[in-house]
Amino acid sequence: MSRSFFLKNPSVLVFIACLALFTLGATILSDGFGVGLISTSFIKTLGKTLCLCLVAIAMDLVWGYAGILSLGHMAFFGLGGYMIGMWLMYERTRLIITESMSNAAIPPTDQEVVDAIGTQIFGVVGSSDFPTIWLFSASLPMQLALVVLVPGLLALIFGWLAFRSRVTGVYLSILTQAMTLALALYLFQNDSGLRGNNGLSGLQNLPGLDAVPQSTLSVWFLWASALALGLGYVLIAWVVSGKFGSVIRGIRDDEARVRFLGYSVEGYKLFVFVLTAIIAGIAGALYYPQAGIINPAEMAPIASIYLAVWVAIGGRGRIYGAVIGAALVSLVSTWFTSGQVPSINLGVYTVNWVDWWQVVLGLSFVLVTLYAPKGIGGLFDLISGRTPPNRHGKDLGPDAGSLQEQEAEQ
Amino acid sequence: MSTLLEVSGVSVSFDGFRAINNLSFKIGPAEMRAIIGPNGAGKTTFMDIVTGKTRPDEGRVIWGDKSVNLLKMSEAKIAQAGVGRKFQRPTVFEDQSVFDNLMMAIKNDRTPWGVLFFKPKSSDNARAEELASEIGLADQLHRKSGELSHGQKQWLEIGMLLAQDPQLLLVDEPAAGMTLEEREHTTALLAEAAKTRAVVVVEHDMEFVRRLECKVTVLHEGSVLAEGSLDHVTQNQDVIDVYLGR
Repeated sequence: MSRSFFLKNPSVLVFIACLALFTLGATILSDGFGVGLISTSFIKTLGKTLCLCLVAIAMDLVWGYAGILSLGHMAFFGLGGYMIGMWLMYERTRLIITESMSNAAIPPTDQEVVDAIGTQIFGVVGSSDFPTIWLFSASLPMQLALVVLVPGLLALIFGWLAFRSRVTGVYLSILTQAMTLALALYLFQNDSGLRGNNGLSGLQNLPGLDAVPQSTLSVWFLWASALALGLGYVLIAWVVSGKFGSVIRGIRDDEARVRFLGYSVEGYKLFVFVLTAIIAGIAGALYYPQAGIINPAEMAPIASIYLAVWVAIGGRGRIYGAVIGAALVSLVSTWFTSGQVPSINLGVYTVNWVDWWQVVLGLSFVLVTLYAPKGIGGLFDLISGRTPPNRHGKDLGPDAGSLQEQEAEQ
Repeated sequence: MSTLLEVSGVSVSFDGFRAINNLSFKIGPAEMRAIIGPNGAGKTTFMDIVTGKTRPDEGRVIWGDKSVNLLKMSEAKIAQAGVGRKFQRPTVFEDQSVFDNLMMAIKNDRTPWGVLFFKPKSSDNARAEELASEIGLADQLHRKSGELSHGQKQWLEIGMLLAQDPQLLLVDEPAAGMTLEEREHTTALLAEAAKTRAVVVVEHDMEFVRRLECKVTVLHEGSVLAEGSLDHVTQNQDVIDVYLGR
């Protein structure tokens, strides 16, 4: 990653500058560090939006560049959230338990503390024993490693099985959707070990930082999310800028041709799938401490479909497009569903935006796909004048790609 | 003469239809060969088998000095071993520049890690420029290949084929849709390539085949009907009956 990389991709610098300005502005206006124009809950919304942008650029890499329409990437996002949530919940419960037990006449043994934590966490699902998957929950470094390892491994196994069998196109999309649905259904069970449909909660309270108010914590998370988004952006921009980007765009456009050039298409797909799953996991690990709660409903297939809609509306195949789409749609969605938008009274019927927002979103998805396939990001082409020649008309030659009617007339 | 590729006793059927029937074929390391035959004779299926796209039901495909069995290898591995293929329809990556197309094809590390950290050396850039001038696209290097004309795309694909530096080139109807002048250029390129490597050209156009001045194999119903010089096979009664006579 040298100076020439930024010279060749000026949009990366522009994006980083915009992100830095945004973060600075939000900090100055925040409750915790600045003048208090923006409420803590809105700072959290902004921080969460940055995490959604991060998972959206991962989706853009896997879909917009490599052409794999995965409808399961929010499963990796959720898994990342669960991994960090386990530590947050364990550690916080441990601190509370030790404090309350310290008043007892006889100091508690370690086993008693662990049992008490277990009862506290799993009482809600009628259990008190730690399942095996909580083995490392006492260790922050281990759970941080799992944030990367668990989504990465799941993507590796799933991708290896799917790509090796040459499952492509809509069949692969269905498979990924089945994966996220199966995972969500499994986690809904109480004996899955992650508290069933209760999920993990209280994640907004960082253990040992009770003295720090949420207004400050929310800004810290905003910074962390912005940093992660910036790093993720540079990483993905670098991955697609060179020959690797050439190859995966080739795979998107003509898989067989890339194969006959001697590239193992399956290896490349697997690489991209695993890399984006890891990025999604990291995004989730930053998102859920800001959201405060995670439950299996977050991994429902609809979440991943939303992700695809964001990227499509923002513009596939350009990274800033995914950021624009995710930020715009999720913020507008928050606004519409928060009940702040006045209902429209049509006399016979009142349009309530909380209900009708979904229809608006669906319609705009259809309209963008039909009339602006490049999405909102395509507007930037109008400014920079990168529009490709308009090749209307019928092919004249024996094959597609020959001179077109109108070109020949000229 | 040593053999580069030996296909022996290969048969394949699709849903009961025998596309290739006990086909045997041999080619040396620096040889030009034309394959002709009516539609459905199995020409494309033959290429599919050699490049690993289709697995035959029986038979052997042996490659190179070390006599490697190509049937056990994936398409990518076969391509890396030195079999290059040009499709009938020009298939270049239209969304990418001529330079990127060539750079992707130039022989280099093909593993994801190697490609991720790949930086074009000056020799790679020089090779891309050399190839571009060879195929007449030197001043189009930074145009998107989707903007090229049909003939230019055909050449770009031939250029990508040469960039892979294969020992065997399988070329499917290289002259389709080309003007006379472009055909001559293509013939010259192929003849030049055949000096150092094996070239198999599948072609319908007799005039083009005549210009290649090479040994001809006639396929019919999935097996070899005749083999020899063009004059020799065109005088063969069987060939006249199934192909030329109609």
